[in-house]
Amino acid sequence: MSSVAQEAAAAPLAQVSSTLLDLLLDAGFDFFSGVPDSTLRTLLAEAEARPDVQYVPAVSEHVAVGLAAGAYLGGRRTALFLQNTGLALAINPLATLIAIYRLPLLLIVGWRGADATDSPEHRVIGATTLPLLEALRIPYFVPDAETLPNDLADAIAIMDAERSAVVVVIRPGVLA
Amino acid sequence: MIHRADAIAAILARLGDALVVTANGWISREACAARDRPENFYMLGSMGLASSIGLGLALTNPTRRVVVLDGDGNLLMALGTLAMIADQRPGNLVHVVLDNERYGSTGGQRSLSAHVDLAALAHAAGYAHVRLIHGLLDGGVLDEILASHGPSFLLIKVAPTADGDAPRVPHEPEAIARRFRAAVGSA
Repeated sequence: MSSVAQEAAAAPLAQVSSTLLDLLLDAGFDFFSGVPDSTLRTLLAEAEARPDVQYVPAVSEHVAVGLAAGAYLGGRRTALFLQNTGLALAINPLATLIAIYRLPLLLIVGWRGADATDSPEHRVIGATTLPLLEALRIPYFVPDAETLPNDLADAIAIMDAERSAVVVVIRPGVLA
Repeated sequence: MIHRADAIAAILARLGDALVVTANGWISREACAARDRPENFYMLGSMGLASSIGLGLALTNPTRRVVVLDGDGNLLMALGTLAMIADQRPGNLVHVVLDNERYGSTGGQRSLSAHVDLAALAHAAGYAHVRLIHGLLDGGVLDEILASHGPSFLLIKVAPTADGDAPRVPHEPEAIARRFRAAVGSA
């Protein structure tokens, strides 16, 4: 592939992801944390690279929820970037911290195991990600690339109105 | 030996407008009983996360002192947070661990801290200052560590007491969060 063709192939991927981060910044989010996820790799790379974005890497998803809670209590608007398998790890603090204190938190969650073709370790959490959120009564959206801006705006409106966690589930291919 | 409630009271008595996060269980109860103040965030659940909540506060309020009153069981449950604090190096953060080598709120089951050196772990992670208080509650060390440029770590070995007598934190979680954010100035 020529370098021009490579650029053309890479451009839409980078553009979609930068749009998501820009939308978050435009909505006033000013503190970000997360744990690596291949579905969100372009978003994570941009968050780490941009000097106007405060992104604090976390070692695990439950700790990321604690960090975000602290940043919110400290006056910020916070969003987390996680993989769904780590969302399972974050269930305890979503229930025992975010829900009971009514702390707003936006979670952008990569969906591994969205279908049966993904690798075995993602099968169970992949199939139960949405039922888990329903059981926890956490509102969620599953946008495609076209509906992402509107769904994100709706998610943020719910987060602010309810002072709760809201999840935007990202299928493989929506960002990259 | 030092009693946990005495150590908590001695620290809270030394604080001006510092923001405080207290670990779940007896530490939150005893902090509330010793000196209830809007700048205290009583973590009622989410065991292990007092330190990460404290880190989030310290990073977003760099000109304000932030003190975490943690427990040994709490620290061990999210040990990776030591690495995050060392990575971010907030100068305003003081991480105090009240170590009774027990899970004191669930029946006194042993924790691993009798055989694992928590202060050495904090030092290895990269905290700027690490101190140990053992035997007598040394007010000079408390003053020094609370005024230090951190991140600082203070391990206080406390007596393995049975149940304390402090009542539950009387405030609803929503009220704790609301008054805390007002005290930060971000309500």
